[in-house]
Amino acid sequence: MIEIKNITKTYSTGPVPFQALKGVSFKVDDGEFVAIMGPSGSGKSTLMHIIGALDTPTTGKYILDGKDVSTQSDDELADVRKDKIGFVFQAFNLLPRTTVLRNTMLPLMYKGIAKENREPLARKALLSAGLGEDRWQNKSNELSGGQIQRVAIARALVNNPALILADEPTGNLDTKTGEIVLATFQRLNKDEGRTIILITHEHEVAEYAERIIFIRDGLIVSDSKNHKRRIANHHDDN
Amino acid sequence: MTTTDILEETYVALSANKARSILTMLGIIIGIASVIAMISIGQGAQQSISANIASIGSNLVMIMPGAARSFGGPSAGRGSAQTLTVEDGEAIQNGVANIAAIAFDVSARAQATAKGTNTNTSIIGTTPSYTTVRNVEIDDGSFFADAQVQSAAKVAVVGPTVQTDLFGDGGTALGQTIRIKGIEFKIIGVTKTKGGSGFSNTDDTIYIPYTSAQRYLTGNKYLTEIDISGIDSNSSSLVQSDVTDLLLTRHHISDPASADFNLLNQADIVATASSVTNTFTILLSSVAAISLVVGGIGIMNMMLTTVTERTREIGLRKAIGAKAHDINMQFLAEAVALTFIGGLIGVAIGWLIAFGVTYFGILQTKVSLSSILLAFGVSAGIGIIFGYYPARRAAKMNPIEALRFE
Repeated sequence: MIEIKNITKTYSTGPVPFQALKGVSFKVDDGEFVAIMGPSGSGKSTLMHIIGALDTPTTGKYILDGKDVSTQSDDELADVRKDKIGFVFQAFNLLPRTTVLRNTMLPLMYKGIAKENREPLARKALLSAGLGEDRWQNKSNELSGGQIQRVAIARALVNNPALILADEPTGNLDTKTGEIVLATFQRLNKDEGRTIILITHEHEVAEYAERIIFIRDGLIVSDSKNHKRRIANHHDDN
Repeated sequence: MTTTDILEETYVALSANKARSILTMLGIIIGIASVIAMISIGQGAQQSISANIASIGSNLVMIMPGAARSFGGPSAGRGSAQTLTVEDGEAIQNGVANIAAIAFDVSARAQATAKGTNTNTSIIGTTPSYTTVRNVEIDDGSFFADAQVQSAAKVAVVGPTVQTDLFGDGGTALGQTIRIKGIEFKIIGVTKTKGGSGFSNTDDTIYIPYTSAQRYLTGNKYLTEIDISGIDSNSSSLVQSDVTDLLLTRHHISDPASADFNLLNQADIVATASSVTNTFTILLSSVAAISLVVGGIGIMNMMLTTVTERTREIGLRKAIGAKAHDINMQFLAEAVALTFIGGLIGVAIGWLIAFGVTYFGILQTKVSLSSILLAFGVSAGIGIIFGYYPARRAAKMNPIEALRFE
């Protein structure tokens, strides 16, 4: 379970301190599929960084899986990311010229999983992400955008995290491929009970989630169940 | 992250940019190869000089007339001073302990002529013990005996160069007659070749009894040198101080600084020559070491480029749980791998150069284990020193900014 309690974030690097988050609070239960939506400059990226344990809030509390991560050191945050969070980025961020399997196994290396146990876990994650076995030995630059994003999803799944955090996962994909990726998220949420937080600025994308938090100027504008939820067509197997 | 993981990541990263990795390594390869080659050539030179010095005699102490001067200093010409006498030599022979053999020398340069040929060569008038003191071996015939010294016999022993110069290639000197300053000498022996390097060419020498030299060549009763062979390696300094005391007393000199003779100890020559070659080796190695530093800077340059190029990768690694320490280790391992492999190749090439120098007969070189270990230590050290800053820069990256890096 995720609990955000009255979080603020002030950047004081510039000449004038800038408050990106001005007191944000919400909870996400296990197994929820939440979209955080907002235009650029709304503070959603800052919020994503805090939820992803890439950054800490200036004030307020962030409790992830019963653990307060709002005041932790860099190394402790790295442990939180390693154990609890799976990232999916807009820019995919796969290692170039590296095979699909190796890319998927990367987090396991930092987790300290024994070498012989890594490949079975990576295979399982790739199957969950819906990438066919015939692609696993391909290098990342030999794949299509949709396939690349599935490798990224598999990499996010491989540690069995409490939370999958997807930052504009369809931003670099065409509509059809984007829908396939969103279908994958919906399936992971429905079939495997994964908790997913999707950060996006697109309404159409947010509508695949079951709950939408709308944020603007560092404050939550609305937080409600998505009544017009889109269900992606189940053509996510390739 | 285990050691195997780090090695694997390093391999993947370095082989992804093979040309760049090899070019970067080249700096270290050249540096290490030249250090290895220079040290081995330096040590070879040192050994060769030591061997040359050893060949002039064993535990040798040389006494020469004239004011004391340091080895290597300017000389007015040996033999120009007339202060050493046969009586001095006999007093030393009878009064100084630890002497294995002693030879009295009267040396001069003179023209020696045979039938239609002539050569300007070094004439050494001496005693039979010279063969022991100065490691002279006889190839043909024999050296003259004490009786011939007593009678100032006109006999000569010639070196192989003199034999060739006067009697042609393959000619035999033994039994022939040569003229030195118009006096006929009968050749009774030829010495073995000893090699012409070092301080003087012992092959281009004619040996005659010192009494004959005094009578026919110099025309006086003085000696130009007394050579003493100590009984063992520790004795030469004892002999040196005993002889100094004895001669100072005999010559009625109270201040050792104004002595009218000087002593040269073989051990001192060896030490001086070693220090010269050592300095030379250090000089050459320092030049080689500079190229190592330049190579190290090349490594740093490449690592900084790599870190910048891979900023997003670093961001990703951090996002999926890599700690600063993991990133630091990964990039440090890359730098050390470059220098270590470079060091390995450098040692091989340096060894080949040393081998080539030996093979083509330029100098007998020796690649010592210590220089190899030193090269490895230095190359790994350079990796750590010059890889430290880029690795730290990578490790300290903020994951958010790194992920956003374009």
